[in-house]
This record gives sequence, C-alpha cells and structure tokens, in this order.
Amino acid sequence: MELAQPPTAPLSDGGAATTDRVLQLAGVTVDLGGRRILDDVSFSLRAGELTGLIGSNGAGKTTLLRVILGLLAPTRGAVTVAGPDPRHSVGYVPQKFMLDPDLPVRARDLVALGIDGHHLGVARPSRERRERVTRMLDAVGAGRFADTRVGRLSGGEQQRVLIAHALISHPRLLLLDEPLANLDLRSAREAVDLLARIAREQRIAVMISAHEMNALLPVMDRVVYLAEGRAACGPADEVVRADVLSRLYGHRVEVIRAGERVLVVAGEGDDAEPSHPHHHDSEER
Amino acid sequence: MFSGFMVNAWIVASLAAVVGGAVGFFVVMRGASFVAHAIPNGSFAGAAGAALVGASTLAGLGVFSVGGALGIGLLGRRSRRDVATALTLVFMLGLGALFLSFSAENSEAAYSLLFGEVLGISSNEIGPTLVLSALGLLMLGLLWRPLLLDSVLPGRAPGRRTLAIELAFLLLVAITTTMTVPVVGTTLIFTLMIAPAASARALTARPGLALLLSAAIALMTVWGAIALSYTTNWPVGFFVGSLGACAYALSRVAHWSSGG
Repeated sequence: MELAQPPTAPLSDGGAATTDRVLQLAGVTVDLGGRRILDDVSFSLRAGELTGLIGSNGAGKTTLLRVILGLLAPTRGAVTVAGPDPRHSVGYVPQKFMLDPDLPVRARDLVALGIDGHHLGVARPSRERRERVTRMLDAVGAGRFADTRVGRLSGGEQQRVLIAHALISHPRLLLLDEPLANLDLRSAREAVDLLARIAREQRIAVMISAHEMNALLPVMDRVVYLAEGRAACGPADEVVRADVLSRLYGHRVEVIRAGERVLVVAGEGDDAEPSHPHHHDSEER
Repeated sequence: MFSGFMVNAWIVASLAAVVGGAVGFFVVMRGASFVAHAIPNGSFAGAAGAALVGASTLAGLGVFSVGGALGIGLLGRRSRRDVATALTLVFMLGLGALFLSFSAENSEAAYSLLFGEVLGISSNEIGPTLVLSALGLLMLGLLWRPLLLDSVLPGRAPGRRTLAIELAFLLLVAITTTMTVPVVGTTLIFTLMIAPAASARALTARPGLALLLSAAIALMTVWGAIALSYTTNWPVGFFVGSLGACAYALSRVAHWSSGG
C-alpha cells in the first residue's frame, strides 16, 4: 500500500517503480446476488500509462469500475488509490449520458462544476477561474463549443466536455466507461489519441473500458483483460495470446491476427462457429 | 390596491413567488414535476387536519409537506421514484378525505386550499412566510453547486450523499409548498414552480441567470395576477394560471425566433 505522491512525481520509465502506482487492486472479489462477478482480480495502474479494460458485456467491467470509484465495496480484497484524498483523485466519465437539449447549462458550466461542484455555496466568479475552464476546454479540443448548451452537442462533443469536467480537478486516475461505444470510427480514433496524449502530458493513469480492443491497440500501454470474472494484466502482446486467454476463459480460444487487427475466437473443441466472446451489443449490467 | 389587507397579500405573494420560481428551477432541472404536484396536493390533507384540530393552516401544510417529502425520498431509495411519489400522494389524500369528512365548514375552506386565497391572507402569516423564504433561499444558496451537479449528472456520488442531496431538494419543495399553497392553492402551484422555470431555461443557457430569471417571471406573474384580479374581481387563480401559460408560450416563441 503506497502513500501519496505529488502529481509531479518523476516517472522512471519502464523501471516500473512502485512510486508511480496510482491504483492497486489486490485480490478483489465481488459477489452480487449469490453470483461471483469478480474473482481475485489484482493489478496496478501507473502514472502516464493508458490501460485498456477489455472484456465482453457481463465480464464485470462496469462492476470493476464501480469498485475502483468506491461506489461498491468488494466482498474481499483491497483497492488502494494513491493521493491524499482518494475520492477526489479519480476522475470518471460515465458510459451513457442523455442530456436534455434544453438544459440551461453550457459546456463551460459543466466543466466549472468539475472544479468544486461538490462544495457548498456559490462559486465566486473570477477571471482566473474562467480562464482555467477555457484552457481545459481547449486542451480537449472543446474550446469552440464552450458556450453551447451541453445537451445540444453530439455524443463525441459531450464526451470531450465530460473528459474536461473530470480532468479539471487534477485527478491522478481517469476512468472511462466504454467511451468508444457510440462513436463513429473517426471520432473514436480522435478520442483514443486525445486520451493517450492526456495520459502522457498530464502524467496520469488513464483506464478505458471497451468490449472491443482494436481501436485501443495502437495506443494502450497495458491491458487488463476480463473474462469469467478473472483478469489477466500486462502489455497487450503478453496478454492477448491463445494460452493466456484460454486459461482465463477456462476453455480453448484462439487469437487471430489480421493485419493490425486482433480477433479472439472460440477454439476447436468448442462450437465450430467462430463466435466473438467479447463482442456483443447487448446491455451490460 | 396597496392599502390595508392588500399589503399582506402583496408581501406574502411576492415571497412565495420568488422562492417558488427559484426552487422551480431545480424542479424542472431534475424532471421532478410529479413530485412538485404530489407534495402540494398531499399537503392539502395537512391543512384540512389543522382546521379540524384548530391549528394554523401553515403548520398543517408544513408538517404534511415535510412528511410527504421524507416519504417520497425514503421510499424512492429502493423503488422507482414515480411509484413512491404516487403512493405517498394517495396515502396523504386519503387522510385528507378523512379529515374533511369530520370537518363542518369544508367546502369554502377546501376551495381556498385548492385555488388559493391571496386576497384573504392575514398579517399573522407574514412572519412565518418570511422565515420560510429566508430558510428556502439560504438552502438554495448553500446547495447550489451540489444540486446543480447532481441534476446534470445524477447518481455520480456515493449512495449516502446522493440520498442527502435528494432529501434536501425534497425539503426545499416542502418549504416552497408551505408558503405557496395559501397564495395560489395546491392545484395552481405549477404556475409558480414549473411555468417560470420552464420559461427561463428557454431564454438563457446560463444556470445562475436561469434561476434568477425564473424567480423574476414568477414575481411578474403573481403581481400581474393580483392587480388584474383586484380590478376585474375575477379569481386570482385564473390570472396566475393564464399569465404562467403566456410566459411559457412567449419564451418558446423568443427561443424559436432566436434560432435556438
């Protein structure tokens, strides 16, 4: 269990210095309604790295995020978030948001609420505060719709505003629940590049959950692969392998590489039909 | 129009309008119109009960609207809020029917509770109304940021905090109800808690300005209604309702013609 590090702590690249860890999960197990959702999950996230949380719907991704956010207590195991105030060291961008188009809230208002929205009283407006919000919106490429009602923005634009809302309080860890699910290919690529840049420039750990890993492959430093409630963690080329994933799923799977893309399919001995164990459109709990 | 008993009407109605319009901003933000319908209608029973035991109307309204708010907040924790609201409402209305049946002078008292009796407001209502407005505005100021954040991105805080915010909001609706029902009655409370806020949000994209605008529109509505009622001798409720609807229609036209 490591203690707080200042956000500017130097990164010893590749050395995996424990001081860079911003999140550590040790043997996290979650039982809900008599079902085991997560089974002895352990991994850690480091500052400056982008991690993909990959798994099919129902693999436990959302549950894992809820545990990290402190919204759900694990049945067993420990979650350690570095920082003096763990609750405010984690920024979160939810999976779906349907904001009312008539909401009298501009993009800049929502980002300003990210600074101190949980405080009592009315914020004193100041030029410094206003400029801080503007800089944050510019940093995520949302400057040009700073004064637009948030509900009028497209899905990708709203997502940028929510990223700015989460980042402006200087979290050490940014969690995004399926941020690519409703984006077209180009917006998804832009979002992934933005998040990779944020991880490196702001020296924070970014974790992105996704049921499809291909959009993340070019940029992710590590993958946490969830299947059957268990997790495998490491660099993508060490985790996304037939032997590792077969152990995880508890039956044989094959990893097929087609150019830049990777497909995980059920192996021989199971259904002949090449199903994608991590590719469904149904809703996750 | 500004002498004698009318002064009481102006003061109490103005306070009710400002608080109703301001709290209404959050009622509309949170999609809580049904709650803002149920608490005032349920509090009707409190007023009927108060008449029965000889207590003040405000006390009866206060006790029942706070009770309704707590019922909705606590029941709604584990089930759908609309169902919790409906059940709280029917339970309170049931009590109201019982109290009214025991009461002798029911029809006239019931009418003033349903449609308000702004011109009959007495000077001893000014004190409690002042205290309630101060309390309501203070709560609004304190809760401004957490309530706004929770209204835009609900359910992001841990469970206990979310419940605290919801209960504080319901309490605000209860306070507003207690001071607003004597002015416009339970049936017309939407004219102060929904119409001004819905109009304001069409006119501005700034949350703080929208809240102030909502309070201002509510104030104009009530002042206009009292003046028109005084000159025509038609019921205040008619003017409050139609002015509220006009404000909303005009704001939509302004919004639409400005290309928004």
